[in-house]
Amino acid sequence: MSIRSTISASVLAGAVATALASFASAGPMTKDEEKAAMAAGKEKCYGVSLAGMNDCAAGPGTTCQGTSTVDFQGNAWSLVQGGTCANIKVPGDRTGSTEPLTRDVPS
Amino acid sequence: MNDLANHGASRTSATSRFPAHPIVGFAGTSFKHEHLPAILAEGKLEGFFEVHAENYMGAGGPPHDALTRIRRDHPVSLHGVCMSIGGPQPIDKTHLKRFKALVDRYEPALVSEHLAWSTHDTTFFNDLLPLPYTPATLARVADHIDEVQAAIGRPILLENPSTYVVFPESTMCETGFIREIARRTGCGLLLDVSNVFVSATNHGYSPLAYLAAFPLDQVGEIHLAGHARQTDDEGDLLLIDSHDCPVADAVWKLYDLVIGRCGPRPTLIEWDSEIPDWPVLRAEAAAAQTILDRHADAVAQERIRASH
Amino acid sequence: MRPIEPGWPGGSGPDSSFPEMFARALLDPDRETPPVVAGPHGKAAAKRYNVYRNNVTVSLINALAAIFPATQRITGIEFFRAMARFHVRATPPGSPLLFEYGRDFPDFIERYEHAQSLPWMSDVARIERAWLDAYHASDAEPLTPQAFGSIPPEHLGDTVLLPHPATRIVRSRYPAVTIFSANRGSDPVGQIEAADPEDALVTRPKLEVAVRQLPSGGAVFLTHLMSGEPLGAAASAAMADSSTFDLPANIAGVLAAGAFSDFKFGG
Repeated sequence: MSIRSTISASVLAGAVATALASFASAGPMTKDEEKAAMAAGKEKCYGVSLAGMNDCAAGPGTTCQGTSTVDFQGNAWSLVQGGTCANIKVPGDRTGSTEPLTRDVPS
Repeated sequence: MNDLANHGASRTSATSRFPAHPIVGFAGTSFKHEHLPAILAEGKLEGFFEVHAENYMGAGGPPHDALTRIRRDHPVSLHGVCMSIGGPQPIDKTHLKRFKALVDRYEPALVSEHLAWSTHDTTFFNDLLPLPYTPATLARVADHIDEVQAAIGRPILLENPSTYVVFPESTMCETGFIREIARRTGCGLLLDVSNVFVSATNHGYSPLAYLAAFPLDQVGEIHLAGHARQTDDEGDLLLIDSHDCPVADAVWKLYDLVIGRCGPRPTLIEWDSEIPDWPVLRAEAAAAQTILDRHADAVAQERIRASH
Repeated sequence: MRPIEPGWPGGSGPDSSFPEMFARALLDPDRETPPVVAGPHGKAAAKRYNVYRNNVTVSLINALAAIFPATQRITGIEFFRAMARFHVRATPPGSPLLFEYGRDFPDFIERYEHAQSLPWMSDVARIERAWLDAYHASDAEPLTPQAFGSIPPEHLGDTVLLPHPATRIVRSRYPAVTIFSANRGSDPVGQIEAADPEDALVTRPKLEVAVRQLPSGGAVFLTHLMSGEPLGAAASAAMADSSTFDLPANIAGVLAAGAFSDFKFGG
């Protein structure tokens, strides 16, 4: 379903002009440009939270070798969370602790 | 030697996008992205880089950017690991098309695949799995290699596997199977000396006997890699082809012997896990280069003597 | 000539469906060693066959660990590998391209009984999966502010923007972007206390993947634009979704992020 535009052409044109003003940083900004850029909130709203990490975790390679790590059977103790999850407090968490989740371990 | 399988340099044609670089007589290493800055900082090196084809089958992004930079200054060997040539099911046409696209795009000096399978039905197991050696499997593998070679318009090098089990239904030995495959398809061979050592140890035969029976004149490339040690059910040594450590002394000795017999061949140090800093990997390649150079000198002196 | 390598007993058995037999037990440690294989000289094959089981399972767990490093950091390595092992057995890859693997992993995490205390984790994993998609996506030049500025004002309302091939949006009811960012590198992770839902915009205008947190209404705006809705309709939808939707900021943000590659006039 297509949503009918309820925005007037002039409002849209004004928004675009303001947005584009935030890129006009080749020279010193005029007061108006600066104000427009601030209003556009470019940095605040679309701030880059993470960039330039393509050296790590570039995705796995394909393998054509065996592994000397023996790890195909698994253990129950692996159910203990041991990473940074205890540092993360989000409302609604049942637990953020690193205690063994004994209630979840099948007996 | 199978001329089609052994190119004096990276391939070039009227439409080449990359320069030709010599590969005969050179050692190389696996190309790992974490080494790119160190490699670029050293400038143009003698030797080649090998990549796993499947890692460059994405549409774009940093992998293609990195491989393009490497290919500009060096010969590249394209090593397929997932074609599943050794299985009974038909070659995946989509995968073959992707493989051909890479061959066309990067004009590799060498193209290789494995005597193994990795896909069954629709499941990809991400390991090089073994096959029985029978007239029936031989016919199928030969058909698959014919299909791959027809698609890419050039011969491939087929790599001997490292194995941990045998198939009671096998009626042929591995060297006989490989020799016949090469004869039927015209493919060249990638001799993995480490795999010879690993399999020989695991199955209790002599690596020297295997090499004596191997069609060395068909070899277009050699692989060397490190292995790990475990034990089998009887408590005997079982070697794992782990590619995560330096090449063992015994494998270096076998390699020296092979080069002495068949002359210098492009030689790759494979290192795919626990990847070391670039100088460590480069030093392994330099060790292979020393052996190659020594035998190249011997060959040259032989020629001089013969001409007098 | 006598066979050089012993261990290939001279049977001339039929051409069995060896992969069927061999493959069936690869991902199931409870199955017997397939009778189609043996050790040499009458030796047992159990530990030998287990080498293949181990190679398959460990390499696929390693693949998931490489695709989802922040998720692994959050749970710890042991927990992650146990969780990944279950997933690998239930959903092995269907493609030889391992960078395509793990698409079902976020949903698996959402259902995984031992991860129920970390309800935001599946969204962190979705961002990581989107990150890898962006990494391998086709290359394209992003739409520049200059090009966008050339659109005559009267056409803005029915301008349709063409998404850059790398652009992905991940919506979350949780602060998934904050948690992702804190765990995706190697810097120490301090205390994270956050409550607000966060939507992620993943882009790769050149070679670097960037993950941004979208402002209020931004995800609705972008989702509509990416599905081919014209600018006017997408802006209206975003305003309807969020009373604080800031149209100029979002237009500037979209352009700065390189989320689109071109435009055309729709309608």
